[in-house]
Amino acid sequence: MRRAPTRLGQVDVGSAAVIRRLDLPRPLTRRLLEMGLLPGTRVQVVRVAPLGDPLELRLRNYCLSLRREDALRIEVEAVP
Amino acid sequence: MAAPLVVLAGNPNSGKTTLFNRLTGSRAKVANYPGVTVATLTGRLQLRERGPVDVVDLPGTYSLSARSPEEQIAVDAILGAVRRPDVVVVVSDATALARNLYLALQVIETGVPTILALTMMDEARAARLEVDALRLAERLGVEAVPLVASTGEGQDRLVAAIARVLSSPSRPPRVTTPLDDDLARDLAPLEAAVRDSLRPRSEVEVRAWTLWAALSLGDDDLRHVPDPVRAAAQAAREATARRGVDLDLAIVEARYRVVDRLLGETTGPAAERPAGDRLDAVLTHPVVGLGVFALVMLVVFQALFSWAEPVMGLIEAAVAGVQAQVEALLPAGAFTSLLSQGVVAGVGNVVVFVPQIALLFLFISLLEDSGYLARVAFVIDRVMGGVGLHGKAFVPMLSGFACAVPAVMSTRTIESRKDRLLTMLVIPLTSCSARLPVYMLVVATVFDAGSVSFGPLSAGAFVLLAMYSLSVAAALGAAAVLRRTVLRAPPPTLILELPPYRRPLLRNVAVNVWLQVRAFLHEAGTVILACTVILWALLSYPRLESTTRAFAERRDEAARTLRGEALHERMAELATAEAGERLRESVAGRVGHAIEPALAPLGFDWRIGVGILGAFAAREVFVSTLGIVFDIAEADEASVPLRDALQRATWPDGRRLLTPLAGVALMVFFVLACQCMSTLAIVAREAGSWRWAAFMFAYMTVLAYVVTLAVYQGGRALGWGL
Repeated sequence: MRRAPTRLGQVDVGSAAVIRRLDLPRPLTRRLLEMGLLPGTRVQVVRVAPLGDPLELRLRNYCLSLRREDALRIEVEAVP
Repeated sequence: MAAPLVVLAGNPNSGKTTLFNRLTGSRAKVANYPGVTVATLTGRLQLRERGPVDVVDLPGTYSLSARSPEEQIAVDAILGAVRRPDVVVVVSDATALARNLYLALQVIETGVPTILALTMMDEARAARLEVDALRLAERLGVEAVPLVASTGEGQDRLVAAIARVLSSPSRPPRVTTPLDDDLARDLAPLEAAVRDSLRPRSEVEVRAWTLWAALSLGDDDLRHVPDPVRAAAQAAREATARRGVDLDLAIVEARYRVVDRLLGETTGPAAERPAGDRLDAVLTHPVVGLGVFALVMLVVFQALFSWAEPVMGLIEAAVAGVQAQVEALLPAGAFTSLLSQGVVAGVGNVVVFVPQIALLFLFISLLEDSGYLARVAFVIDRVMGGVGLHGKAFVPMLSGFACAVPAVMSTRTIESRKDRLLTMLVIPLTSCSARLPVYMLVVATVFDAGSVSFGPLSAGAFVLLAMYSLSVAAALGAAAVLRRTVLRAPPPTLILELPPYRRPLLRNVAVNVWLQVRAFLHEAGTVILACTVILWALLSYPRLESTTRAFAERRDEAARTLRGEALHERMAELATAEAGERLRESVAGRVGHAIEPALAPLGFDWRIGVGILGAFAAREVFVSTLGIVFDIAEADEASVPLRDALQRATWPDGRRLLTPLAGVALMVFFVLACQCMSTLAIVAREAGSWRWAAFMFAYMTVLAYVVTLAVYQGGRALGWGL
């Protein structure tokens, strides 16, 4: 099955995806990498904040919040 | 010989400070780490076999790589830029072990003797996350101690492990970041530069500093990095980029490969649905979540605004009582006045903040330890982000409406220094409760109740609402401007860990409140006390001999001519008149006169100028200072004689002084000006330099002057409220 690349900011709430590439400024990218958001890591979009932003993600057994504009610059592969 | 040094390092929310409190008790001190203005906690632990050990709690960190001086503390402390620790305890949350082991791996590979403290073992067990501490210890080559911070389980074993590690020789690290041949070749020149310029003590340190430099340098604000190392780090990045490899990614991936392999060998699979998820679904629900948020914030605000009030009233009454005692027991004169109006008043000015500081930190500790503070930032980030503020700036800004002093202290929950500074610099624009008496006096003076009304609001209520709106607009506007100018930073963003909900430990909360109160009394308190004494001197000196003589004569005359009640009244009148005369003759009175040409375009005369100077002690002092200038005894904001005097007051040419327009101008000035020495003192302490306090004073004063000028002159041109 071919999996279309998409953006983490576009993944539906409740769905999971696998990180492919981070296209963010270096300080941000490095911080996210060091927190374990690496290419190949499985991330679930848990929910969206009441005002529509930021997102709550779950990865490596902990929860992380990111703004949607940043999540839109993270390339992911959807997983079923 | 100095006591051995044990450093606690770990991710934020790993239970590090709880463990620290358990190890050292409440005698710990909040102290700035040498060279940087980041508060670290320092305490002592008594080892049965070895005597005392110094314990330092480092700020929480996810990595040793650093972009800013405050992130640099962790690596400096561990690699011993100041003093090499004898043991580093890496406090690791067993429920999120991958991210925690990433930091542990970095610490271990510096070669420093390391102990892995596995916290939250009870939660890990509840989530059926089996962590094999023994095997983890064996693979990492360090001691690993499972702990449950809430019950103290494992603490004795940790203390024993510290004693054991202190008395055994250090060994080379068993795990290091594996580098493939290409990467090792690209990093070789950087390694050489590190060897030459950073004076490492061993090959293990060369390697650790090399990886640190590769990840840290390039877009940093770090000072004291030798140029050759900087250049070599840049060259290494370029070398790997030519092979199509990102250096950061290569290093971090190599480390996580080690971590993932370790986890595969030592822990069971993670639970699918995490504990606390159901609670989170409610607390961040679009409707219920916002309702809970509003309710929690309302309680915090209400507490600061009203619960602290009775205690503050008691403190003020106690101070007045001591002042009366001092004045009754000692002969009248300069020394008595210094003691009563300077020193006792100054101590009062310090202690009066304690109830609000204690309450705010009680709430912040409860919110932080329970995990809800991160959700506050999560819920409100969209609003705060719009003006370049961090979501965590919300609670400090809200607290600012009660009092800027505890609010500025509470910015400590914000990790990034620039975000913290920005929040600190705009907090004093939020309209604190000490401004309220000023508004009340002015509103009561210039707007008769029910005279003009705006819909359902009376004129006074409308003006008050306008002042609070102005304050919010000014704070948010100033944040937006400062973010684009003085505190320009990479596009502000949010990377926020949402820790699991946990039951706060009361002991931990109490220790934290106590540490904050003590730090305030100790550091800011002395400055506030000194400022009160200086301000007292400015408002009391010089004491002209001629005035003393004139009033002595008038008292003698009264004593000769009057008896009984009439004499008593006359003496009271003379005392009030003398106080007014003294103030008018004082340095402050003269400064008031001297700055009148600058104040007149704002609609203020020298008397209001003296009131503004007096308000430096605390804004509400404006009212009582104005009372003295107008020869009115014991004036407060509800004082009818003061109100009448202000209504009758005129300029020398007979124009009314406090017109409604001038009243509004005065309130606008009080909204925007930084009329508070305690705020300046606390900002100087929290920002680590008087320069930031001076900058804040300057920008707020200019802002207040320009806006007040525009309001008054604009209003006059339009013929409003004359």
